[in-house]
Order: sequence, then structure tokens, then C-alpha cells
Amino acid sequence: MEKYIWAFLVGGAICAIGQIMMDVFKMTPAHTMTTLVVAGAILGGLGLYEPLVNFAGAGATTPICSFGNALLKGALAEAERNGLIGVLTGIFEVTSAGISAAIIFGFFAALIFRPKG
Amino acid sequence: MAKKKKATPVQKDYQNLAKKIEPKRKALPNIFRAFITGGLICTFAQFLQNVFINYFNFEKSQAGNPASAVLIILSALFTGLGVYDHIAQWAGAGTAVPITGFANSIASAAIEHRSEGFVLGVGGNMFKIAGPVIVFGTFSAFVVAIIKLLIKAIGG
Repeated sequence: MEKYIWAFLVGGAICAIGQIMMDVFKMTPAHTMTTLVVAGAILGGLGLYEPLVNFAGAGATTPICSFGNALLKGALAEAERNGLIGVLTGIFEVTSAGISAAIIFGFFAALIFRPKG
Repeated sequence: MAKKKKATPVQKDYQNLAKKIEPKRKALPNIFRAFITGGLICTFAQFLQNVFINYFNFEKSQAGNPASAVLIILSALFTGLGVYDHIAQWAGAGTAVPITGFANSIASAAIEHRSEGFVLGVGGNMFKIAGPVIVFGTFSAFVVAIIKLLIKAIGG
């Protein structure tokens, strides 16, 4: 139960930061998302994102910044096994589920649904 | 004239004050809404993770991926039904920042450009909004990974 509370608070806080970037700093949604992703990769590099995931669970893995961290994680894990080239072969390892699901079901959505007015 | 000049700085002060206060008033409820919806989506994601851990024998560290996939499927479905955009109008970053927002941007771009054909319309525009996230995420992850490996190599 505690895990749900932390997921709610941390996930909500990250979304609130995103809203602050859009409303207070007048950033476009695209700039906000890219900044969060880059921040996730940097926090992952500093070793700060994994502890957050352990602590907040889905509160840290669901926001888009976990995408940056997951890309880094895949790259580093594969580099550990295969050397430098692993950075290229492993970068999408962890995020594969997210990207492929988004492409496949986005395509399904385009097949089934029509644009709403 | 003199009176007017004297009044102008006061007016300017007032305008500055009004400018300072106005966006804050608008921002606070938006931030609150983003916090609530984002938090609820993450709580639901946590529920999905627990389902995958308890009923599908996923490891705790691996359960995030299938949970994200389910969120993406649901997001694509709700986008197609036109529900997601309604919620997004209210929630702002609360529905944009979670992975569901990423899926929503792909699905909505795909649906919107369908009339231009499947190859040029759907295929060509699918990543119009989500593209920057992937590009900058991948590039920054690459740079950080190289830096980390360099530090490791130097440090022994």
C-alpha cells in the first residue's frame, strides 16, 4: 500500500514539474518532454534515477524521464557484455516494449478510428 | 503632462504587479491538476506492475515494461475514442508527462494524418510529436553512456 502512495506522490510531482515548465517557464510541450527525457538520462548517469525507481516504483518508471534512464540502462548493460559497440546495440533494449507498443497500437488506432472534430 | 508622467510609473508598476500575479493564479490550479492526474496514472501503473509481479511471475525490476505496454495500449484506445484529449485538456502535463502521453501523441498523429494515406500520412507523421523525445533521449543517453564508460576506463 505504501508503494502506491509513493508512486502517486512522486509521479504526481514529476507531472507537476512538467506543468510548471509549461506554465511558468512558458516552454512548449515538446520542449518540456525533451527536457525531461534528457534530465532522466543525466540523472541515470549520476546514479540517481535507479534509487528513485526502487523507492517510488511506477511513480518513477511511468513519467517520460524514465525513458531517458531506460535508454541509458540498456546501453550500459550491453556495453558491459560486448564492449563499446554495446552502446549502440543495447540503447533500445529496455525501451523496446514502450516504443514498439506505441508504434503498433498507434497504427492500429489509425486503422480503426477516424479523426474526431 | 507632468501629472501624466507621474502616473505612468505607477500604472507600469501596477501592470507589472498584475503580470506577476496573473499567471501565478492560473498556474497553481494547473499544477495541482497535473499532480493529481499524473499521480493517479502512476498509481494505476503501480497496480499493473503488481499484477505482473504477482500473477505473471515478472521480476520486480522487469515489471515496469509490461505495465508500460498496457498503459500504451489503453492510451492508444482512449485516444482513438477521443476520450484522451478530453482528459488531457483538463489535466495538462498530468497526462502528457507519463508514458501514456507519449503513446497519445503517436496515436493521435497517426489518426489525424490518415487521410494523407498510410505511408506518407500515418507512417510519415506518426513521430511528428514523439520524435523529438526519442531523438534527444537517444542522443543524450548515448553521450551519458560514453562519458560513464570513459570515466570507468580511466578509473580502472
